[in-house]
Amino acid sequence: MKKSIIMLIFFLIGIIFGMKSLLGKFIGKVDISLYALYVLLFLVGIGIGGDNRIWKIVKNVNIKIFLVPLSVIIGTLLFVGPLSFFIPGISLRDSLAIVSGFGYYSLSSVLITQLRNETLGVIALLSNITREIVTLLLTPLMVKYFGKLAPIASGGATSMDITLPIITKFTGKEYAMISVFNGIILTLIVPFLITLILR
Amino acid sequence: MLLVILFLFLGILIGSLLKSKETVINMTDKLIEWFIYIFLFFLGISVGANEEIAMNFLKLGIQALILTAGAIIGSVLASYFVYKKFFKA
Repeated sequence: MKKSIIMLIFFLIGIIFGMKSLLGKFIGKVDISLYALYVLLFLVGIGIGGDNRIWKIVKNVNIKIFLVPLSVIIGTLLFVGPLSFFIPGISLRDSLAIVSGFGYYSLSSVLITQLRNETLGVIALLSNITREIVTLLLTPLMVKYFGKLAPIASGGATSMDITLPIITKFTGKEYAMISVFNGIILTLIVPFLITLILR
Repeated sequence: MLLVILFLFLGILIGSLLKSKETVINMTDKLIEWFIYIFLFFLGISVGANEEIAMNFLKLGIQALILTAGAIIGSVLASYFVYKKFFKA
């Protein structure tokens, strides 16, 4: 939660800088960002590869645990696909890319900004932050009406860290493992899926 | 853009080789964090300087909300199906 707030503060300070057009002209001319993106993804890869938890979980749990992230991906894309035709000004492909952030707003907004444009990057940022916030707020209700996997699915990639405490509180310890697993798999899939969709 | 995925894979490979070196992994996490702060700062700058975005902010927000609602409803329904079918004892 603290990190999310720091990220937002950086973003907001950036906006103010941009509005006052401090630095803006300078940065617009230099495109260092693509290389920075490569470095970022390299680092994200190291983080994923170096994460021990995933192997421990895979060793200890039933194979059906894979159904959880799979259902999140399929459910999200199947539902948003048709929905995108009713949202003016945004294409099917762009809609699918945005929701393929699964709540991982930092990486998805950066990727989408690079692959498309700033406008879509901002939508991705807002949309994926909202996914996290809604999950934090509605976890109790989701568990009550849609079962213990519901907040894990809603949390998406954030179910391994930011939304994990509240999910654990309302679903129990055995679901905490599923939650972490779901988050790691989705985190891993986000860059692939977005790149694939926007290719 | 396949290069992006190549870099990710390279990272995963090196990460799994470095798995036992916890300090390296922790350092990477910190680096990513700062990278993202700086990225968001720059994204903020281009957003602030972009009048089209500033003028349409409400519209973008609404688009984002609809997409989020769709994404959450879709994944919660799918997970409910999986829960009933495979998880509920």
